[in-house]
Parts: sequence; C-alpha cells; structure tokens
Amino acid sequence: MTTKMKIEHVSKIFGPKPKSIVPMVKDGMTKSEILEKTGHTVGVYDASLDINEGEIFVIMGLSGSGKSTLIRCFNLLNKPTYGSIHVDGENIVEYNATKLKKFRQDKIAMVFQHFGLFNHRTVMGNVEYGLEIKEVSKEKRQQIAQENIEVVGLKGYEDKYPEELSGGMQQRVGLARALANDPDILLMDEPFSALDPLIRREMQLELLDIQERLQKTIVFITHDVNEAFKIGDRVAVMKDGKVVQVGTPEEILEEPANDYITDFIKDIDRSKILQAENVMIKPNALVSLKDGLHVAVKEMRENGISSVFVVDRSRHLQGIVTIDAAIDGIKQKKTLEDVLDRDVTKVSREEYVSDLIPKALESKFPLAVINEEDRLEGFILRVHVLSGLVADDVEESKEYHGYYNG
Amino acid sequence: MQSPMGGFPDIESNLGQYVSDLVDFLDVTLEGLFDLIFFISSRTINGIEAFLNVLPWWLFIILIFLIGWYFKTVWSGVLYAFFIFLVGTFGLWEEMMMTISIVVTAVLISLIIGVPLGVWMAFSKRFSTVMRPILDAMQTMPSFVYLIPAIFFFGLGNVSAIFATLIYALPPVIRLTELALRGVDPEVIESAQSFGSSRWQMLIKVQLPQALPTIMAGVNQTTMMALAMVVIASMVGAQGLGEQVLISINRIDIALGFEAGISIVFLAIIIDRVTGGVADKFQKHRRAK
Repeated sequence: MTTKMKIEHVSKIFGPKPKSIVPMVKDGMTKSEILEKTGHTVGVYDASLDINEGEIFVIMGLSGSGKSTLIRCFNLLNKPTYGSIHVDGENIVEYNATKLKKFRQDKIAMVFQHFGLFNHRTVMGNVEYGLEIKEVSKEKRQQIAQENIEVVGLKGYEDKYPEELSGGMQQRVGLARALANDPDILLMDEPFSALDPLIRREMQLELLDIQERLQKTIVFITHDVNEAFKIGDRVAVMKDGKVVQVGTPEEILEEPANDYITDFIKDIDRSKILQAENVMIKPNALVSLKDGLHVAVKEMRENGISSVFVVDRSRHLQGIVTIDAAIDGIKQKKTLEDVLDRDVTKVSREEYVSDLIPKALESKFPLAVINEEDRLEGFILRVHVLSGLVADDVEESKEYHGYYNG
Repeated sequence: MQSPMGGFPDIESNLGQYVSDLVDFLDVTLEGLFDLIFFISSRTINGIEAFLNVLPWWLFIILIFLIGWYFKTVWSGVLYAFFIFLVGTFGLWEEMMMTISIVVTAVLISLIIGVPLGVWMAFSKRFSTVMRPILDAMQTMPSFVYLIPAIFFFGLGNVSAIFATLIYALPPVIRLTELALRGVDPEVIESAQSFGSSRWQMLIKVQLPQALPTIMAGVNQTTMMALAMVVIASMVGAQGLGEQVLISINRIDIALGFEAGISIVFLAIIIDRVTGGVADKFQKHRRAK
C-alpha cells in the first residue's frame, strides 16, 4: 500500500501572531490557557498522519476538536502554521499560487457539510464548475458533468436549481461536482451530518458503492462514531486539536488508547462493527471422523466441554456430536458417523455480529465459522455474541465454553 | 457687542474658504477631466432622450405595461401604463422623458462607479474604513450644497444635475455592494476556492452572482434617491418634471405644481416596483440552505 498523503507535525493556530504560539503549545499549555493569555486559537496541534492510496480515512472528533481545521489544511484552505503535507512526494505547503491552483484543479476536491452549492447555478452548472474553471470546452465539460450526475443518481434534475432539491439530493450534487474533476483525493467535511438519519445511511452505502468502483483516496470527517466505523478503513480520533489515536475500527474498538476514546466509543453499535472472526473462539478440541466415539468422549472430558465439532481430514466441517449422544452411541455400538448431528449453522468470517444474533438464537448448537474454503475456523456461542456487544475483551469468554449445554 | 460670558470667543477658521479654493483649483487643473465627464454624460442623456422621443407614445405605454407584467403582475402593468397615460394628458410627456433620461443616466453612472468601489471595499478593510465616513458625509450633507461646485465644474444644465444627483445617489449602491459581497456564504467561497478558482473567476462566477439580489436592492435605492434629487437638481438647470415644479413655485401655479408633482410620484412608484420586482426575480433561485 502506497502512502498518498504524508502529514507531518501539522499545526494550525489562528490569531495575529500564530508562529509565536507554537513553543507555548510545546511547553504543554492548554488550548484555553493560550486563548485566555494570548487571544490565539489552537486549531490543530502537531498532527501526523499517513493516508494510503485508495483508502477511506476517517477523522473523527467532537465539534471543536480541530477536525474541520485539519481537513482544510489538506487543500490549503487553511495554511498550516507549522509542518508539512506531502502529496505524491511534493510538499504542498510550499506551493506558490499557480501551483496551488493547479493542485486544487487536478488532484483534490472537497465536499462540504452544508453542501456549499452555487445556488445561482443549475445542477448542471454546479457540477461543471470545476471543469469550467479549468477552461474545458463547454461540450466536453457538460458531457463529463452529465456522466457524474448519473453516477450520483440525479439524472433528470440537470436543469433544477439547488433550492428545488431535498438535502440529500443537494449533497449528491456536491458529490458529483467533486467527482467531475476526477480528483485523486476526495475531502469530505461532515458531508452527511446535515441529512436526516435515513438519508444518511443511504448516502453512506452509496459512497461505499462509488468508492468500490472509483478507488479514490477519501478523507472523511465525522463526529458520528457509528458513521466513522462503518465507512472508515482507518480512523483517526481527534481531541482538542490533537490526534489521539489512529487505527482500524477494530483496533480502536479493541484497544482504545485512553479514557476519552473509551468514552467516545461507548455508544457505538458494536454489532455492526465486529465480525464473526472478532468474537469467535478457536476450537481447542476437534474430532476427526475416523477417530471414533471413544476419542470424542475423551476429548470432551479432558476439555470439560459438552459437545465437539467433527471434521474430515482436510478440516471440512462434518457436524457436531454432544457428550450425551456419544455415550448413548457407545452403549448402542454405533459409529461416530451415526450419532453425528449435521444440522450445524455455518457462518462466514466476515458476517457482522448483528447478523449473527438471529442465527445464534435459532441454532441449538454453536455457530460454526468457516473460511472461504469451507474449512472450520472457529465457533461462536450465544454468550460470545453477547460479550462481543459489551466493551470487555472477548477472549475472556473462553471460560464459558465448558458450561455449554446443547 | 459681545456679552463677556456667552458667545464663542474670537477664533476663526476658514474651512469653507479652503474648500472653495480647492474647488477653484480643481476647476482649473482638472478641466480636461470635467470636459470629458461633461461630454460623456450629456451624450448619454441626449442619446436616451432621443431614443425615448423616437418611440411612438402608444409603444412606450405598451412597453411599460409589458415591463410591469413581466416583473410584477398583469394588473401592475395596466396600472403603470395608466399612470404614464395620465402624465401624457397633463401635457408633461416630453418633460417626463427628460426626467427618465436624467435618472437612467445617473443610475447607470452610479453603477459603473459604485459597484467597483463596493467590490474594493469588500476586499480591502483599509479602503472600507476610509470610505465609510465619506459615504456618510455624502448622504447627510444637505443636497443643495452639491449644486454649487456642480455649477462651477459643468455650468448650468443637465450635466450639473447628474453630478449633484450622483453624489447624493451613489452611496446606497456602494454600501450594498460591499454588504452583499461580505455576506456571501463562506462555505460557498471555500468551495469555489477548493476547485482552484482564480480571484477573478471567483468574483465573476461566484461572488457577484451570489451578491446580485442585494446589489439590486442597492440599485433600487439609488434610483429612488436619484428621482428625489430631480426637483432639487432643476435649480441648476435640469430640465424635465423638476423644472416644471420649480416654475410652478415661482408662479404660484397650484395646478401645474400638482400635475408635475404627481407625475414624479407616478414615476417613483413605477421605478420602485419594477426594480423591486427585478430584485425578487433574482432572489428566487437562491434561498437554498
């Protein structure tokens, strides 16, 4: 994976003499102290991030955490007070006016929270704006604009004015306008915050859909943890102008860097983040078909469990056998294959916990987690599903294994 | 005799004299410039007047009706056309055309000067700080005062009238242009920036169009003030309806005074409603948010 943007020690301080403030922040003065003493506002302090090509990188934080200030540094709507931002190896902070204009025209585009649409222009007029600025011929730019209007599903609305559209549709115009320039990097500043929840969800899915096809590098700002974890490949959490943690949603969920983040992710709907592989247990006992019933009983006794999965030689799942069925089978001189219960629910590693809940309720045995080659990877008990939903480490739930009663 | 306690002590300043000297100085040194302004203004007035007088009277009334209909309603159109017809019946048709020419010329020149000044004020805080008190003074100084240097520079006649009218009518369009540009949604500015617009592209393609409804409100005010100035300006030789009012005062002619006066009122109503209608039309597409 190549790094598209390398952000190093970026600080943005607002006020008459921003440079003079940097050492004060270094000495550990807080935002509010600096504001009170010097009248300067610390927007961002010492942010360093690597953003990879083709990923959706989410910057998450409460209002006032500096996330909008930071994203505006990426296209120099805010010029950083300190630090460097390399895009494709070039430090954009040092760009002169001409280079900056070119950079904005060709490489980067932005979608705004309140859409930032030109309401004196039609949908078409808005979407073609970026190309008009680049002096692309009218015919060409309208053709490109038309394609992008269709990508966001606004065909037929080309001649409408923004105010005639709903909020969701207006943001689609904003997205089409940004995409029309075919930028490498798409900056999205809380693009869906102003939309109602239903439309927001729809737009999130559509963004993922569009990203699947276009593979842009997307920097996405949000204050909504659920949104961040849903669409982010990686997430940076900001607080008081500082980046406090960077990682994949699972990493942050499993190991929050501090109490602030723990608090932040408390409200998250974990069932939509965690997947089967995050809550499953690797089986410590497995029985092969050829082993027979006596081995199965011995395995169960030794491990203190009441049922065990049965696999064939290449670890393909065959079924499950309970301790009662196995003992009965030995008495009646049956083989393992006779007493095997094949009615096991299989789930893939990527299934979300929210989808596992109904399956776990319906199944009388543990859920079997299998990989792409249909091999058994692990299993999930109802209690694992539950413990996955609370913040504690799922590994601890291993102990419950023994109490399972099929 | 001065009383020992009251009254102001014997200290003099000759500010008025300095201004007078300055006007004399300007009149001599900037003669060429004033000639040019005179030439352009009188040409514009005469051109517009000639055009209006070439139009048959019924065509002009139909035009007024159509304008009223397009920008307001059918009934407004009918009403405005009737007003114009009435002025004709007063025997003041040509005077009305003259007045319209003067007002239109004054407004055109106000826009040409005012909009760029407003833009400059919007972008330069320093320039804005300098201009504000000047604009205040321009608006609060009794408008008769402007007539004196006007005569110096341009002699008696329509051009002096335009000059005096300009000074009085210019501030609203400048102020509202500045206000309008400063009032453009910052996110819209940012979005135009984020696409790599040059400053000029930003102004022409985004800021001015966004500001247009407010600028139109300024044009409306400027026009009304120009019309209000018409009577006063007739004291320096402006022709038209204002001149008729002035004549009626001299002759104590109530009938003429009323007819000329009500004609100005009719014009004012039409111009105010129509320019207001234009502003509304612009406003229509831009309440998104």
